[in-house]
Amino acid sequence: MASSAAAAARRSAWLRGLLELYRKPSSALGTSLVAVFLILAALGPLATPYGATEQVFTDRSQPPSLRHLFGTDHLGRDVFSRVVAGDRDIFLLAGSGTLIAVVVGTLVGLFATYRGRWAEEITYRFFDSLLAVPALLLALLLLGSLGPSRSSVLAVIAVAYTPIVARVVRSVVLDTKTKEYVLAARMQGESTAFVLGREILPSVLPALAVESALRFSYAIFLVASLGFLGVGVQPPNPDWGLMVSEARDFVYLTPWTLTFPALAISLLVIGVNLLADGLKRVLQVGAGP
Amino acid sequence: MSGAAGTPLVEFEGVTVAYRRGRRWSRAVRGVDLRLGAGVTYGLVGESGSGKSTLALALLQVLPPSGRVIEGTIRYRGRALAELTPEELRAFYRSVALVPQDPLPSLNPARRVGRQIEEVVDPTGASGAGPRGRALEMLQAVGMADPERVARAYPHQLSGGMQQRVLIAMALAGEPDLLVLDEPTTNLDVTTEATILDLVRDLVRDRDTAVLYVSHSLGVVAELCDRVAVLYAGELVEDAPTRELFERARHPYTQGLFDSVPRLGTNRRLVSLRPIPGRIPSPSALPPGCVFAPRCPIAIDACRAEQPPLERAGEGAVRCIRWRDIEAGRVDPHQTAPPSRVSTPAGELDAVLDVAGLRKHFPLRRSLGELLARRPQRAVHAVEDISVTVRRGHTLGLVGESGSGKSTTARAIVGLDPASEGTIELAGEAVARVLERRSQAAIRRLQMVFQSSDEALNPYRTVGAALRRPFRRLAGLSRAEASRRVIELLQDVQLTAGYAARRPSELSGGEKQRVAIARAFAAEPEVLVFDESVSGLDVSVQAAILNLLNALQQERDTGYLFISHDLAVVSFLADYVAVVYLGRVMESGPAERVLRPPYHPYTEALLSAIPLLDPGAERSHVRLEGEVPSAVDTPSGCPFHTRCPRYLGDVCRDEPPPWREARGDHGVYCHIPLEELRAQQAPAFRYAGGAEPEQEDHG
Repeated sequence: MASSAAAAARRSAWLRGLLELYRKPSSALGTSLVAVFLILAALGPLATPYGATEQVFTDRSQPPSLRHLFGTDHLGRDVFSRVVAGDRDIFLLAGSGTLIAVVVGTLVGLFATYRGRWAEEITYRFFDSLLAVPALLLALLLLGSLGPSRSSVLAVIAVAYTPIVARVVRSVVLDTKTKEYVLAARMQGESTAFVLGREILPSVLPALAVESALRFSYAIFLVASLGFLGVGVQPPNPDWGLMVSEARDFVYLTPWTLTFPALAISLLVIGVNLLADGLKRVLQVGAGP
Repeated sequence: MSGAAGTPLVEFEGVTVAYRRGRRWSRAVRGVDLRLGAGVTYGLVGESGSGKSTLALALLQVLPPSGRVIEGTIRYRGRALAELTPEELRAFYRSVALVPQDPLPSLNPARRVGRQIEEVVDPTGASGAGPRGRALEMLQAVGMADPERVARAYPHQLSGGMQQRVLIAMALAGEPDLLVLDEPTTNLDVTTEATILDLVRDLVRDRDTAVLYVSHSLGVVAELCDRVAVLYAGELVEDAPTRELFERARHPYTQGLFDSVPRLGTNRRLVSLRPIPGRIPSPSALPPGCVFAPRCPIAIDACRAEQPPLERAGEGAVRCIRWRDIEAGRVDPHQTAPPSRVSTPAGELDAVLDVAGLRKHFPLRRSLGELLARRPQRAVHAVEDISVTVRRGHTLGLVGESGSGKSTTARAIVGLDPASEGTIELAGEAVARVLERRSQAAIRRLQMVFQSSDEALNPYRTVGAALRRPFRRLAGLSRAEASRRVIELLQDVQLTAGYAARRPSELSGGEKQRVAIARAFAAEPEVLVFDESVSGLDVSVQAAILNLLNALQQERDTGYLFISHDLAVVSFLADYVAVVYLGRVMESGPAERVLRPPYHPYTEALLSAIPLLDPGAERSHVRLEGEVPSAVDTPSGCPFHTRCPRYLGDVCRDEPPPWREARGDHGVYCHIPLEELRAQQAPAFRYAGGAEPEQEDHG
């Protein structure tokens, strides 16, 4: 009974948070943009009239029309269908990459910072050395040795963003681990896992949510950049960066093949950034609970 | 006695101050009438939420942007402050000065202290020495031994006490007509507080400056002020000359405050504290009628119906319709005393906690230069050598000022910051120094209650969740059983079962501390360590917590190690007392012996520095010079020799003092023989806490 009441309270807290996001125009816009992209990604093939790689030779290089909302490219592929398929792709790729970075960064950050001393010193000096290399350069290095593939891109995102997430976690843990309620938990003989998971992690979550959103937006950018450079996702996959890259040759002939994927990248990145700002406000990151 | 001739310097007339919260105004101070004459030291006393600081800020016209005087007028020299022209306002600012609670934010960190004082010096001032000379004069006047050095220092290079003196020097350098002090000694040690109070008293005496002294401490006000105003929930409830107020308080709230404060020299075996039940109402939810009625022991229907007016009474004024009955003794304004007094078991009892030779050093990092020069690594000697014993059902009070190492001792004993050396035994069984290496049984037997109530509980977990864990973990109970015990436990600390579902943000400071105490008791420990656990609380709340601790100890026979800087609280609660200085025990023994001569010279200084609730009491006057020495380079010989008023000579500097045992466990570490100490020392106060030892002498 008590737990269902608690669950209801938690649900209404989620709802309140969402309403709070919609109280400011910028975060309302961000949330809505992300929601639209998310729904399209979820629907995927259900929302598109054509397959992502399906070529209709009779409809090559068509401008946007009712039949082809965003037009078609020189191979007769429907740009709208490809943008939607790319949307699902980028959510999967950038999303799972970010997820790996967040999970690994959080776990490592929690343990290393809580242990302190050598564990902390070694972990964070190593992370610092990773952070010294620009993300794109690191990506090119890794892809050069791993070879271009989806799993390589995933690895790149994880390696590039784990240290950043770990740093954010560290800043909160350093502050929280000396709090009296953490000492009190230790005084009750609680295990390290309990202290980290139940006493410290909840204070980390707000900052972590904001950082995850930001990392996700950068990951989208990174995936698109790598696709554009031709070292990431390979043709004929409907990757946005790749689509922009391929469309460069036809920019005067069929400008819509470049415009729509580029617009999709911009809108999603802007949306996620605005959402992150809104989360920061709603969760009062930096202001304490 | 003041302001009878001509207009008073400051006059509050029906002043109401409100703060804006969203779209609503909440009235933090309501209808205050107060007159402050030249040369008078006025005390403004109240608990947190009483509006005392708001009133002081309103007077100085420095309310935060959300605050505003919405009714009434504040007059300075007969002119309403709200009507002053900008030019006149500047003149007003020149003639008033403020000393705040926390000195550091008021000092510019990037400029030398001397320059900052020079800025304030009135260029037309009487002194011919110029601003520079005047600044040095002022630093000397506030008791700086080396004004030249202090003038060259930056604020961060000075201790808290020195910073506060600099601010007082700065305040007085402008030769103000009105000096407002807002809790200037609250963050300072008692010995430093005593010198600052002396200083304010002396400086004001020869200058005819009016002083408004805002404080939560009745003792400080008794020491310093000519007249006292008591605020409660934003209203002035009583206003009287100090002596009159302390001898016969006319308002039940004032009486309640007096009954809540443990007095130096009383002990729980003789008296019980009478806390005021309930809590101070928030300005947005005031009760109808008298604001104090819901907590008042003698409230009648008329009290709840109508707001009482402020009536003249004797030399003062009181806001209570029953003050005549109180004064004539027809009603008893005291709260009812808690049911049982405490009787601690007498005689030799088994020691439940035995700590011997505890030492804790924090090594300092060597610089590269030091490393290359192969200099030995230096360390902060936080705890040098502390041995204490806690007996079953008894309380050992550990007293010391900041920097004495008492908190480090607490954390070393429970293992959070493991000791560098020393043994810790629980009922004769040695336990590991590191908490994580101790057995669950050892952890269960030795628990701790922390200092601040705000950080004591995890803001993300409910009270019930926090309390269930020790039952599940240390007592191994099932979930249902644990939940049942949580409710029992909440009732033991006088909270209701409904609190289990609340989060810490929904609790008051006192309630949080009750939950923290409950959590420590959940594991049914044999020894509990309290580290300044009642220090941050208002006196009426503190009294209730102290009573609760007594009751729980009585019921469960737990041994307490009670650590505090507040000797009055320790003297009330403790059976044994140990006085520590720079990480070493200076004096220890049964409370009734430690608090009476012969004392260690440090104990003597501590005791004579404590403000008593007895204005005009004759007492010894020992003041400590200088600062507590650094714990990195601790003094040789006796650690106290650098400040000791009874310094003998080279022997104190060169040789560690011997343990001189008086009687029944009582003794001091001092080179001066006990007979000499006894002959030279007078009691610091009237002790009422136990049998006179002299009688035992002849037996």
